[in-house]
Amino acid sequence: MLLDHQRSSWLQRLHMDVPLLIALLITAAVSLITVYSASGESLAMTERQAVRVGAAFFAMFIIAQIPLDTVQRWSLPLFACGIVLLLAVLLVGESSKGAQRWLNIGVATIQPSELMKLAVPMTIAWFIAEQGIPPTLRRLAAAFILLMIPVLMIAKQPDLGTSLLIACSGIFVLFLAGMSWKLIGFFVVAVGSFAPVLWIFLMHDYQRQRVLTFLNPERDPLGAGYQIIQSKIAIGSGGVEGKGWLQGTQSQLEFLPERHTDFIFSVFSEEFGLIGVIALFLLYGFIIFRGMLIAMRAQRVYQKLLAGSLTLTFFVYVMVNVGMVSGLLPVVGVPLPLISYGGTSMVTLFAGFGLLMAIATNRRLIHA
Amino acid sequence: MKRRRTTIRDHHAENALFGRRVIFALFVVVTVFAVLLTNMYQLQVKQFETFQTRSNDNRIKLVPLAPNRGLIYDRNGKILAENRPVMSLELIPERVRDLEKTVQRLTRLLNITSQQLEQFERNRRRERRFEQVILLDQLSEQQAATFAARQHEFPGVSIEARLVRHYPYGDSLTHALGYVAKINQRDVQRLKEQGVNANYAATRTIGKLGVEAYYEEQLHGTVGYQQVEVDIHGRMLRTLEIEPPIPGQDLVLEIDIELQQQAQQILGEQRGTIIVMDPEDGGVLAMVSQPSYDPNWFAQGISVEQYRSLLDSRHSPLLNRATQGGYPPASTIKPQLAVVGLEEGIITRQSKVWDPGWFQIQGVNHKYRDWLSWGHGWVNVDTAIIESCDTFYYDLALKLGIDTISEHMYQYGFGEMTGIDIGEESAAVMPSRGWKRARFNQPWYAGETVSIGIGQSYWTVTPMQLAVATAVMVNHGERPVPRLLGAIRDAGIELPAVVEQREPVQLNNPEHWNVALDGMEKVVSSIKGTAHKAFRGAEYSSAGKTGTAQVRSIGQGEEYNAEEIAERYRDNAMYVGYAPVEDPEIVIVITAENVIGGGGSVAAPMARRLLDFYFAGKSNASKSNSETVTANAP
Repeated sequence: MLLDHQRSSWLQRLHMDVPLLIALLITAAVSLITVYSASGESLAMTERQAVRVGAAFFAMFIIAQIPLDTVQRWSLPLFACGIVLLLAVLLVGESSKGAQRWLNIGVATIQPSELMKLAVPMTIAWFIAEQGIPPTLRRLAAAFILLMIPVLMIAKQPDLGTSLLIACSGIFVLFLAGMSWKLIGFFVVAVGSFAPVLWIFLMHDYQRQRVLTFLNPERDPLGAGYQIIQSKIAIGSGGVEGKGWLQGTQSQLEFLPERHTDFIFSVFSEEFGLIGVIALFLLYGFIIFRGMLIAMRAQRVYQKLLAGSLTLTFFVYVMVNVGMVSGLLPVVGVPLPLISYGGTSMVTLFAGFGLLMAIATNRRLIHA
Repeated sequence: MKRRRTTIRDHHAENALFGRRVIFALFVVVTVFAVLLTNMYQLQVKQFETFQTRSNDNRIKLVPLAPNRGLIYDRNGKILAENRPVMSLELIPERVRDLEKTVQRLTRLLNITSQQLEQFERNRRRERRFEQVILLDQLSEQQAATFAARQHEFPGVSIEARLVRHYPYGDSLTHALGYVAKINQRDVQRLKEQGVNANYAATRTIGKLGVEAYYEEQLHGTVGYQQVEVDIHGRMLRTLEIEPPIPGQDLVLEIDIELQQQAQQILGEQRGTIIVMDPEDGGVLAMVSQPSYDPNWFAQGISVEQYRSLLDSRHSPLLNRATQGGYPPASTIKPQLAVVGLEEGIITRQSKVWDPGWFQIQGVNHKYRDWLSWGHGWVNVDTAIIESCDTFYYDLALKLGIDTISEHMYQYGFGEMTGIDIGEESAAVMPSRGWKRARFNQPWYAGETVSIGIGQSYWTVTPMQLAVATAVMVNHGERPVPRLLGAIRDAGIELPAVVEQREPVQLNNPEHWNVALDGMEKVVSSIKGTAHKAFRGAEYSSAGKTGTAQVRSIGQGEEYNAEEIAERYRDNAMYVGYAPVEDPEIVIVITAENVIGGGGSVAAPMARRLLDFYFAGKSNASKSNSETVTANAP
């Protein structure tokens, strides 16, 4: 009977999960409001962001229509395609700000690492689901190797932030697939002991600077620490009620760097205060819970793993960005998901939500 | 087959395992959000005040506002120093994209000279990158219009209107008024020591000389502050609060600018000084020191070439001769010496000395010559003043002795700064035995005392000291401190300057004043008086004393011929005087350096022209007054 009611919803037939959609629409509205303020009341930039949000919703809608069998079948080929593009980036990619991330394909430049944000969890989920869960040790090892190929290639660009996020998305699949706690414990120890190696041999100087500055922002108040200090001033001076929309002096007077992109959360906190922050956290929390619920309800292991991984990766985005701008984590250049001004990551994110929508509605269609 | 079986078998187990993992993950999610929220609470609630303060520190800047400098007027309300708005082209290096190119284009557009460019480069190195640097001082209207039309092409460059000090009478008053110029490192140091540095936060210039420097505190005013909101580039966005600056006080000087200009005209190209002073209260009506220079050069920023030309000039235009020039007083101090002689009982009004045209110390061969080579014959104190007999004074000085003379002369203010209200003053030299010992480590010779009798030897005076010493005679002992300031005008209220007097000269017999004053009167009125010719036919009464100072000592038996010797070895002509005789309003001092002639032939005629002008102006004023009265009468 309940199912009958749901079948009658036209949105349901369009493969849309209504609660998630509503939450995403609210978040998009918050994004436009905040970008308008953070861009110094630039209508042009706000319009551009609106167009992007529209495009992202459209992408989500399209992807939600793809049959999940097709998605599952295309996981590996997409992954292979991504590896080829990453290789091309390393060989002939375009540099910007000391990192080679972009690939010029004539009409536009693309960032293959964005593709991998989806292809990696899809492929690892596919690879694990082939066998069922919990995976055997051999399959786990194979999955891990599969994961490390794109992670290391992206780290080499270098784009540490994205490579860590992609590593997370893969590891979340393995975690949700039930990899044993002993193994998880072993990995935690292994990563811990790897840190000095990473520091000495693998990190670029600017990355080391970021870590050092993170540990003590006042070390370099005019340079690298400046962002964190100004960001904390913005957040702290917002207080409980905030300075009011368009009234944040730290952002409006341009003391806050990157204020409409990576540091947009500081603008939001300054203008809307702790009350606004709690509301935003509730919104994010709702999206994450909804995502995990979709994963729980999914029929197939592949769908469960993919939905769970995408949701947890989204959570990591929020955690890293908020932690970064409020001084808990080093500055790694991760935008605030769904809110920050910017195109590529927004589209990728919504494509992921498209997959979630597909998984959410697929289950119900089967039941019907 | 195998795979399919596994899937079916583990379906429930898989769901359970996945469910457990999801619940664990959600637990982590909740924990992380709790940590993030706790941190936000820390920042936004616990540390709110700290961050609010830091946020305000970021955005609120105190911008100092310069007070308008007080204006300076003469005694008749004519403006002597004013503030004129001047447009200048200024740029902020930090905000100019390509400094070199921008400057090049502006140079072409506005015809900026290479000197101006050099000056700009110097300024630029001094200022910080985000501060305004003057590229072009004093834009002409055409330049301003040309730039304004194309301003959008030059980001970071703007026209700024500033108030610049201007002296409408130019070089007429420089040595009295002084000037303001850009604050330099030494000024900053001094201001810091005085603890008034903050008051100059927005001020660009400071009084450097004369009245402008002496009354800096009164003229400057109090700095104001503007609280403005700025963005990260320091751009001012809006004013939050303003505390307006308090303008400086206006000064009214004792100077009569018309008399001053007349005095300057009388001297003309002649190096020298003219002082006109009120003997009663020390008010200085005119104080000219020639040559002079235009103080506006300094106020507007003097070029290196201009400054060098002033420094290198042989005629030292920078020297204020009226207060810093050390002149031998020559015969101008004979009236004072006569009073000393009378007081000390060396001479009486009747006692006479035989003047054969020269004087000799007993037992010494050297002849001290009188200016009248055939001698004045028998002279008493009267004729000694009227005819300026040297021999009488050689004799008197020798009998008094150097230390007695200097003791008395100190009381007239010689060898001591007069205390006039400008910083540029010298004490000149009133020699004594002790002085010579300290200065040269030599004993005093009697011959030197003889020369002191006619105001020569080591004795030097400033013209201002002469004015004071003359006032002492006129006042019968009262000794005023010369003073340029007449009143301070503050918010419409006029506060008269404090009249200062130094310790008066007290005589045992005040009648002795009249001996000297009678003598001075007869210098003008007696047919034998040295200034008689100069003042013949004057419509007013006056008294005076001429002086002719040797600049170079003349050898024994050598003839002095002004035309033949080098210009700068020629005599100085001097004149001191007062008028009218009955109730003196003014004392005057005139010095003319290296002239052909002497006090009687050069300085006294100058005094005549000056007094003619002074009294003509007065009678005109009273005439126009009476005209007004008659006009009002039926």
